[in-house]
Amino acid sequence: MSKKAVPIADQKDEAKVACTGKSSTAPINAKLSKEEKIELHRKMVRIRRFEERSLRAYQAKKIGGFLHLYIGQEAVAVGCCSLMGSDDHIITAYRDHGHAMAVGMDTKALMAEVYGKITGCSKGKGGSMHYFAPSLNYWGGHGIVGGQIPLGTGLAYALKYKKLKGAAMAFMGDGAVNQGAVHEAYNLAALWNLPVIFVIENNGYSMGTSQERSSAGPGLAQRAEAYGMNWGTCFGHDVYEVRATMDKFLTLAREKHQPAVVEIDTYRYRGHSVADPDKTYRTREEIEEYRRTKDPIQLFQQALLDEGVLNDAIIEQIDSEAKAEAELAADFAEASPFPTPDDIQKDVYWETDNPDKRTSKGRLFFD
Amino acid sequence: MPVLTYREAIRAALTEELTRDENVVLMGEEVAQFHGAYKVSEGLLEKFGPDRIVDTPISEAGFIGMGVGASMLGIRPVMELMFWSFSSVAFDQILNNAANVRYMSGGLINCPIVIRGPANGGTNVGATHSHTPENVLANHPGVKVIVPSTARDAKGLLKAAIRDNDPCFFLENTLLYGEKGEVPETEEVIPLGVADVKREGTDLTIVTYGRCVLHSLAAAEILEKEHDISVEVVDLRTIRPLDIDTVLASVKKTHRVLIVEEQKPFASVGSQLAYMIQREAFDELDGPIHRLATIDAPAIYSPPVEIEQLPNPQRVLKAALAAVA
Repeated sequence: MSKKAVPIADQKDEAKVACTGKSSTAPINAKLSKEEKIELHRKMVRIRRFEERSLRAYQAKKIGGFLHLYIGQEAVAVGCCSLMGSDDHIITAYRDHGHAMAVGMDTKALMAEVYGKITGCSKGKGGSMHYFAPSLNYWGGHGIVGGQIPLGTGLAYALKYKKLKGAAMAFMGDGAVNQGAVHEAYNLAALWNLPVIFVIENNGYSMGTSQERSSAGPGLAQRAEAYGMNWGTCFGHDVYEVRATMDKFLTLAREKHQPAVVEIDTYRYRGHSVADPDKTYRTREEIEEYRRTKDPIQLFQQALLDEGVLNDAIIEQIDSEAKAEAELAADFAEASPFPTPDDIQKDVYWETDNPDKRTSKGRLFFD
Repeated sequence: MPVLTYREAIRAALTEELTRDENVVLMGEEVAQFHGAYKVSEGLLEKFGPDRIVDTPISEAGFIGMGVGASMLGIRPVMELMFWSFSSVAFDQILNNAANVRYMSGGLINCPIVIRGPANGGTNVGATHSHTPENVLANHPGVKVIVPSTARDAKGLLKAAIRDNDPCFFLENTLLYGEKGEVPETEEVIPLGVADVKREGTDLTIVTYGRCVLHSLAAAEILEKEHDISVEVVDLRTIRPLDIDTVLASVKKTHRVLIVEEQKPFASVGSQLAYMIQREAFDELDGPIHRLATIDAPAIYSPPVEIEQLPNPQRVLKAALAAVA
């Protein structure tokens, strides 16, 4: 069992308190309107239904390559992205559907992308791991473990250079923390006081290798101490707590240019990718325990029921709308055309896509 | 025309572009307080300040990747590699991220970064510090690769690279930094992808770039004086985009070709050129395409032997005589 995969009953009291609503009274949450709370819930449900629909599409062989599902981790992306202001930016790894939806990308374009269609957000050129939406301050969607972390640091560098009061959130999984590029980025961020939060979504397993079999030391976020950076951990199954924790670090980043490492405890219900039979490295019981006791949608739904924000009718409506949206996205993707061979060499160079502004001469493509 | 060293010409290009566009920053190991490992950036910290001339730790993957990320948000970073040989530790950032991000985003993201520094052997620093990765870089669609041979070209091409919206990899040469040449006083931006005929001739075309241009010109002098052979020297200046038309025009004039490059021969820039020349000018050739490259082994340390491992005027002379025989 993973080092972090401790059943809830065995956890320290603080964690239990956190998921039962302590963070709901944090200022960043206390000021949420009823509609805003419902929207957080809706986003998590929409992500889950989208992921379930994309899984079915994969099983129907509509999707090629890899499909890394975010099911179980919804509170992390939704909680973090709900805090983004106009000068805040995010970048993430290949389990990127949740973040893309959390920042507001259109599900039709997302589904069309995994179907490999020209109407996809990357025109069918990126696939599941490479969603981008710069207009929403969302910079991918990156396939190489940890490779996006220096880029996220660069977003923060640009913000500071331009004297903008924003921060960058650079997401990674627990498997990325042992990559050299991550540590190089930590050092640069701390050295230059860059407004970046390194968010470790610790779902317990780097592919099929548990934290205790892959990462030395007492904790993943604690490694920040070596660089003199702030760090924190967070019960990532509770969207309130994700918001309360991240708000604290985002404020320090935006206002004082203090970077931080935040380890958010979460769990994925599905395999590393859908090609992972998920039978060798964890037990069914462990997954079931998480589903039963720590499901982020169920926890938040219950909290909002208790607050009188949600009722059964609204819950049902949100869920059926989310299912319909995912279905509509799949229909759109299905009906959309594939790119043509003529599209292969588009979007390679700015210059060849803007021929009237081209200044270079000579051949850019070869055969 | 003023005479500048290659080093001063690069510095002049940096100075002009830093002055012109406040989004241009220069970063790298020792570029600021130390004034550059090769003194290319001497005086720039004093002129532009520490926000724009930035010393980085020895952390190529980190700072190159950071530059790529910053470029996505509109900064125009010029990142100095102390040696292009060190690009191997930043390979993922350079060739997965910089080269691919525009494509994978369906054209939504640009990466206007310049990565520059020396890429050459001949300085007795052994195999780890003597790589010439222009072929490796140019193998990646999405990037531009520039290898200037003269002070004038270095200045004009670097200015073009900094203004370019695609990632540009600019490969200099430590053995050229002290070479002097005329550089126009007025601003000159030399478009990427335009080869330059450095010497006109009628009997043999030498296609080359970088420091090998100097070796080829030296050999061409000897060939003219001692062998009555007229050599045309075509300096590619940029590898990608590639000005194959200028090469082909020269081949149509001389009908014989020698490619000279400081590359290991397997799958080199010369390999690509030889393929293209035979494919597009087969009927113009009076003989097989010849090639002179670095002798195919890791860079040897032993100083007198390293000279022989690399192209040099005597090796070019010999290869040229074989090509016209």
